[in-house]
Amino acid sequence: MKRKILAALLASTMVLSLVGCGGGSAETPAAPAADSGAAEEAPAAEEAPAADAEAPAADAAAGGDETLTVWCWDPAFNMNAMYEAEKVYQKDHPNFKLNVVETPWDDIQTKVTTAATSGDLSTLPDIFLMQDNAFQKNVLAFPDVCMDLTNSGVDFSQFAAGKTAYSVIDGKNYGVPFDNGAVVACYRTDLLEQAGLTIDDFTDITFDQYLENGKKVLEATGKPLISMQAGECDLIMMMLQSAGASLFNEDGTANIVGNDTLKTVMETYKSLKDAGVLTEVNSWDEYVGDFVSGNVAGTINGCWIMASIQTAEDQSGNWAITNMPSLVGASGATNYSNNGGSSWAVTTNCANPDLACDFLASTFAGSKELYDNILPSGALATWAPAGDSSAYSEPNEFFGGDAVSAKIVDFATKVPTNITGAYYYEARNAVTTAITNYINGSYLETELQTAEQTINFNMQ
Amino acid sequence: MSKSKKMTLSKKQNLMGWVFLAPGAVLIFIMSFVPMFRALVLSFKSGVGANMKWSGVSNYVRMFQDTVFVQSIKNTFFYLIIQVPVMLIFALILASILNNKDLRFKGLFRTMIFLPCATSLVAYAIIFRSLFANNGLVNLILVNLGILDQPYAFLTHTTSARIVIIIALLWRWTGYNMVFYLSGLQNIEYSVYEAAKIDGASAVQSFFKITVPLLKPTILLTAIMSTNGTLQLFDESVNLTKGGPANTSITMSHYIYDMSFKYVPNFGYAAAMSFLILVLVAVLAFLQMKVGDKRD
Repeated sequence: MKRKILAALLASTMVLSLVGCGGGSAETPAAPAADSGAAEEAPAAEEAPAADAEAPAADAAAGGDETLTVWCWDPAFNMNAMYEAEKVYQKDHPNFKLNVVETPWDDIQTKVTTAATSGDLSTLPDIFLMQDNAFQKNVLAFPDVCMDLTNSGVDFSQFAAGKTAYSVIDGKNYGVPFDNGAVVACYRTDLLEQAGLTIDDFTDITFDQYLENGKKVLEATGKPLISMQAGECDLIMMMLQSAGASLFNEDGTANIVGNDTLKTVMETYKSLKDAGVLTEVNSWDEYVGDFVSGNVAGTINGCWIMASIQTAEDQSGNWAITNMPSLVGASGATNYSNNGGSSWAVTTNCANPDLACDFLASTFAGSKELYDNILPSGALATWAPAGDSSAYSEPNEFFGGDAVSAKIVDFATKVPTNITGAYYYEARNAVTTAITNYINGSYLETELQTAEQTINFNMQ
Repeated sequence: MSKSKKMTLSKKQNLMGWVFLAPGAVLIFIMSFVPMFRALVLSFKSGVGANMKWSGVSNYVRMFQDTVFVQSIKNTFFYLIIQVPVMLIFALILASILNNKDLRFKGLFRTMIFLPCATSLVAYAIIFRSLFANNGLVNLILVNLGILDQPYAFLTHTTSARIVIIIALLWRWTGYNMVFYLSGLQNIEYSVYEAAKIDGASAVQSFFKITVPLLKPTILLTAIMSTNGTLQLFDESVNLTKGGPANTSITMSHYIYDMSFKYVPNFGYAAAMSFLILVLVAVLAFLQMKVGDKRD
């Protein structure tokens, strides 16, 4: 008798655990949704009415659910921009609602990767923000995730060309450009003064002049002009794009060994490093710490770096911005480049793509009011018409009363386009390895050959 | 009759055992072994992102042509060969010192040495990064003492970057292994040491003649665990040096992560590389057990 009871117990345990697991696997797609809270329940809830209302489609469009879920990562910056966009759009569409979920970029990348590889896209939001550098890679690796926005009603010609290019794959637009990554060169005018220089001595200059000025500043103040993170090649990529050059050819093949501009860039970088005008640090914190605490006399980076510079309130009025130096001996060299930034992508999981497209077209690609509202948070437009607004010509006391916003929008329109390439991060790492070894005394030609081999190997 | 009753009892106990085992075993099977098997299948496929195709053993051939991966294997073995023996010897010495009955504040010292283990891997890696920064504490001390004229960029030079990683690992894990040795030492009768002392053995002699041989099973355990841990090293490489300079401190797990989430994802290749780590761990553990057995 007892045996039977035990056997029954065992059997039921087994069955229960199996049921538990069976249930678990059936609910797997729903599980992550529960994890990140109410946020992701929205698309699920949205799908149901959409499916119900499939027959009377017109009704659904007119009076149906008008909620969109958005993933982005910075409460003070891009999330704020989305809330402002919601307000702007709600004026004409009172039923419209946004559900903005704070998701760090690394998490977005992991979630997109997981959803796409498992073939179940229902966990994705309607719209998410994508790092520009990761755009090509994600569209290539997961072609089903992002919607083609070429004919969505967004006028891409009104955006800065260098910016839009990040999210164009095979001639199709996959992203609506958001924040501006136009490169600015920032300098401590009080330190330049000690070397007898002014900000004009750094405007529209070449890297040769930059080096000469840098030596003067080093002599007068003992401080380098700029610090950069070792192991990251931000400055190299900025220099490269300033001459419209890329690490890849149009057809996607690596463009390293025969790339004269890249060679010039590497030599320029090394000469700055050797002269002590440029110093390398190990981490981002040190990099920011260097210019905030006055260890270096300036920096060159995407204009978003100005937010970090302005944390040094005691230096208000001692900073100025201008364009970056241009390369010497490179064809197509300019004083303008781009670094960083992100764009909005619409997923194929979006139940109401027309709404999503119309929303983006009439806010981020159509509302001066929106860009005026988000300007105080440092979100500068890449949408050309926004630059005409009076808000952009207001002086900034921190930067010596200069109208920096208008200046940056002007810089952004002059940035040459280049090719990001899907294998951008691989190429970047290979180039970083090359520059590190080159600085330490290796031959440039050999290093470039190794870099090209590494990239080609990764692309096999 | 009585015999059948006995059978029932032993069967009953057996059955009870299985009932207790079943839930855990089923969960481990589903959560751990099924994914491992799926990863093995995946390692024979190749492709970008979601478009995977069967490719036979090409991933396994590819990894030995991949200069960065080969570099990462070399780096990992560099850490393994230097760090594991040094750490285990340190842990053994510390354990025998702290096992001394006459030592005061034993509990305090044990806690202090074990405490690094309670810190998060990322947190301690970042703290080491700032300690060895150009304007970090270590450089500050060395410059102020006049040993260096200028701050030395520890993390941008290959040798020093690797040494910093090894120092960090020693700091983090020595106490952890020491605790194993301390518990092993509790099984050695103190009278054995007293007898040796009476016979005129020095402290060094009793360490090598008594402590080490009697602790051999524990030493074997810690050696296998440390080897396993070092081969899977990830956080230190990512957070402390970012694999640099020029990939000379990158570990295998770090490269696998890059391949899956930073670069154009090739999960088949990443899975194949993970299986190489599994094979390496298995082979090394097997070798260590063989060596350990022979001495017994």
